[in-house]
Amino acid sequence: MNQILAFIGENVTFIYLIGLMIFVGIELISHVPSVLHTPLMSGANAIHGVVLIGAIIVLGHAPTDDYFSLIVGFVGVFVGTLNVIGGFVVTDRMLEMFKKKPKK
Amino acid sequence: MEHLLEIAYLIGSFGFIVGLKMMGQPDSARKGNLVAAFGMAVAVIGTLFLDKNGFHVIGNLGYILAAILLGTVVGTLMAKRVQMTAMPEMVSLFNGMGGLAAALISIIEWQHVETGIALGKFIPIIAGLIIGTVSFVGSMVAWGKLNGKIGDFRFPGQQYINAVVLILIITASVFTFQAADLGGGHESMTQFYITMAIAVVYGLLFVFPIGGADMPVVISLLNSFTGVAAACGGFLYDNNVMLMGGVLVGSAGTILTVVMCKAMNRSLTNVLIGMVGSGGSSSGSTSSGGSVREFQATDVAIMMKYASKVIIVPGYGLAVAQAQHVCHELENMLVAEGVDVKYAIHPVAGRMPGHMNVLLAESNVEYDKLIEMEHINPEFTTTDVVLVVGANDVVNPAAKNDPASPIYGMPILDVDQSKQIVVLKRSMKSGYAGIENDLFFDPKCGMLFGDAKDSLQKLVNELKSV
Repeated sequence: MNQILAFIGENVTFIYLIGLMIFVGIELISHVPSVLHTPLMSGANAIHGVVLIGAIIVLGHAPTDDYFSLIVGFVGVFVGTLNVIGGFVVTDRMLEMFKKKPKK
Repeated sequence: MEHLLEIAYLIGSFGFIVGLKMMGQPDSARKGNLVAAFGMAVAVIGTLFLDKNGFHVIGNLGYILAAILLGTVVGTLMAKRVQMTAMPEMVSLFNGMGGLAAALISIIEWQHVETGIALGKFIPIIAGLIIGTVSFVGSMVAWGKLNGKIGDFRFPGQQYINAVVLILIITASVFTFQAADLGGGHESMTQFYITMAIAVVYGLLFVFPIGGADMPVVISLLNSFTGVAAACGGFLYDNNVMLMGGVLVGSAGTILTVVMCKAMNRSLTNVLIGMVGSGGSSSGSTSSGGSVREFQATDVAIMMKYASKVIIVPGYGLAVAQAQHVCHELENMLVAEGVDVKYAIHPVAGRMPGHMNVLLAESNVEYDKLIEMEHINPEFTTTDVVLVVGANDVVNPAAKNDPASPIYGMPILDVDQSKQIVVLKRSMKSGYAGIENDLFFDPKCGMLFGDAKDSLQKLVNELKSV
């Protein structure tokens, strides 16, 4: 019990953040027309590519003689970048098609 | 200069929120995507060249830049070259890459775990591993399914096995924690990798039984999984931008999933357990109404020409056949004849919600002509001809009248209310849900067999000559 309380105490800012972000996410998506669901899914897909930053940190701190970490980290950064770049480019291509439409 | 990194992360986080917000409106959607991308760029560059104390170039910069460069080139090429119709599987593939990255981070971190690891550190590592792995494997299966390389695979009692596997994952995690508590990362490698292996199995079992009709829901769900995996990384590194971006996608993705489930009138648990249409595949009463009527292109062209109102119902068949442009051409010709033409968009037509909108927008169909299900349904009674182009399950009346049908309860387009239905289809093969469609036996309904693009082209030609 004490452990749990201590954990909450130490990470209270994070817990606030998580709680608030959950609401922000719900609010952002709830009133979106279904036309935009696919681009939105794709856009959100690109945003979770932020995991790339974790991969960069891990590779950045790998000792130069630790080949396992270097190789795995390299792959991590590579696939993370794929997620980010691919995600944003695909989303942009989808949304490009909405661009020329005359507005109501 | 101490707080530059925090400021970079702040810009990144706000970029994500504002970007996602802007993406929710058609007018600002494209800019929103750029805003989010800008936020990402600032956060990544900040990570490379800043630390808590100011400017500091991160170690192994050469390797990192090389990996980023390689990822950028490959990612751009893949994203640029993919056909619009294959968009859903591309999203699934990129989603899997994010999950893989999260899992790889956990693997490396595990090498450095020391004896007596705190729960607060253990949980983000193991959760990142498990969720990332499930997301990666699941996305790969979904990708394979969407491009037809992998078929459905299910066996009785699957949902119980899935539950057991889930319990196994948790058990293995507990063992991993105990071993790491005593001997650190090196003494608990076996347990760690066993946990990962079970997560792989779970990812496979999770997506394998789910039919293509539910694939959009699954991708959206896996999308939010990857978000949570990224958030785990944020927790691990005290990194606010990862935490915020991850949680944001986690919650936005979950809501998107729920919205889609609602559109199909299925509960999320139902999808999660993975038992789509496993039940009554033998839903009796096939070929109830006798024979199927076959139309020739000429008949259909004349019918449409003298109609006052035509509604086109696009489906996946239109997407596979790349028929969106000729469809728009047909629409233009009918409009020139004074026919009122509209498109009825079912929320899950195609392989993703909004898939049809994207495709038709590509061929310059006007926004106002794409009508969502609840608004178009009352209009069918006043419609002369409904042209169903490569759609099947979304117009299947069994969803309304056959409680034994696996799609029973799914809202459908009420095309049978109209005066005449024409179905463009390659063959009598059933749709993705794998069930018979009584609509085709409706006396008001006629079939025009052939590839959607060819059939539409024929209609266009006939209209020109009539």
